[in-house]
Amino acid sequence: MTLETLAEKLGLKCKCCWEKLKTTEIRGGYAGDLLSDVMANSHAGAVWVTRQVHQNIVAVALLKEHAGIIIVQGANPEKDTLEKATREGIPIMVSDLPEFELVGRIYQLLENG
Amino acid sequence: MRLADIRDILNAKVISGEEKLDIEITTAFGADLMSDVLAFARSGCLLITGLSNPQAVRTAYALDISAILVCRGKALTDKFVNIARELNIPILWTQYIMFEVCGRLYQEGLIGCVRQIADTEDKRIA
Amino acid sequence: MPRDEHLEGIYYIQGRDFVDAGVVSSEIKKRLKDKGITEDVIRKVAVITFEAEVNIISYADQGTIQLFIEPDAITVEATDIGPGIDDIELALQEGYSTADDSIREMGFGAGMGLANIKKFSDVFELTSEPGNGTCLKSVVRLDSE
Repeated sequence: MTLETLAEKLGLKCKCCWEKLKTTEIRGGYAGDLLSDVMANSHAGAVWVTRQVHQNIVAVALLKEHAGIIIVQGANPEKDTLEKATREGIPIMVSDLPEFELVGRIYQLLENG
Repeated sequence: MRLADIRDILNAKVISGEEKLDIEITTAFGADLMSDVLAFARSGCLLITGLSNPQAVRTAYALDISAILVCRGKALTDKFVNIARELNIPILWTQYIMFEVCGRLYQEGLIGCVRQIADTEDKRIA
Repeated sequence: MPRDEHLEGIYYIQGRDFVDAGVVSSEIKKRLKDKGITEDVIRKVAVITFEAEVNIISYADQGTIQLFIEPDAITVEATDIGPGIDDIELALQEGYSTADDSIREMGFGAGMGLANIKKFSDVFELTSEPGNGTCLKSVVRLDSE
């Protein structure tokens, strides 16, 4: 499934790197706000679901080669975060849903193909 | 569903609160940052977190959260377990990652919960 | 001790400079990719350098990370000037952290940094002089799984 399909089905608002949505395939997901944990345990190609909005999330997503970042609960990524993400080519999307709900829906979509 | 069902779905270990496995859980809140839990979680929900320090237990206690499910196989200290027992909060522990935990429980019918601070009544996400 | 001919780069890190956290790790990762190092090794070194970099930023005044590429291993040496670590045993325990609230709110300071570095290293050495600074050395063998 591409980020574009995921965004459409879940009503996600894309905040940067729109051109990458069509071509980026998702390989599973990872949820978490502790950067050490995400660094140690997430995998390349995952879509990362988090509440963190500061620019360090871009560094982590870049290092781990995530498909993109989805920020939950309608939180707004900081201006620096979007600038960095644009430079590094990391799509950032936002959902109004809380983490449990959003992850549940992503999981369901990925399971059902 | 009951806490015991959640335990079974996730092959979880019961760390404390063995006598409370029959309590009903209908909502869940997933977070690693306790400030988020304090801001948004509802009382009575299941807190799903990778944070395995006493802070998580105290936060749950402050909000009357029904139980905590520690995921990612995080090591638990004696201090954590003791405080959970002292405050009478059931703790389940699973190796599964947060994404898997939330995914499975959502499929089984748990729904997300968010308390809106400005509102006079709790809103539920359906 | 890897010889200087294997020194690939020295990277400078300013304490409390959270804005740039991850920049050095990314540089190192790119360097390793250019050298054709395998994905598995790169993944480990990425975690190690990220945690080391964040530790310097979080707790030290300033520091450096040196990258050595030898025929059979990658070595990362992180040295800093700062308060150092009072109790290394304690610091290595998962979940132990001296991070302040501002650091924790960013998602750092969960107390997993040193434990993660150790986990992914084939050789791990940590020394510190409280009041002066800390030196960390991590070796990842190229044939490690």
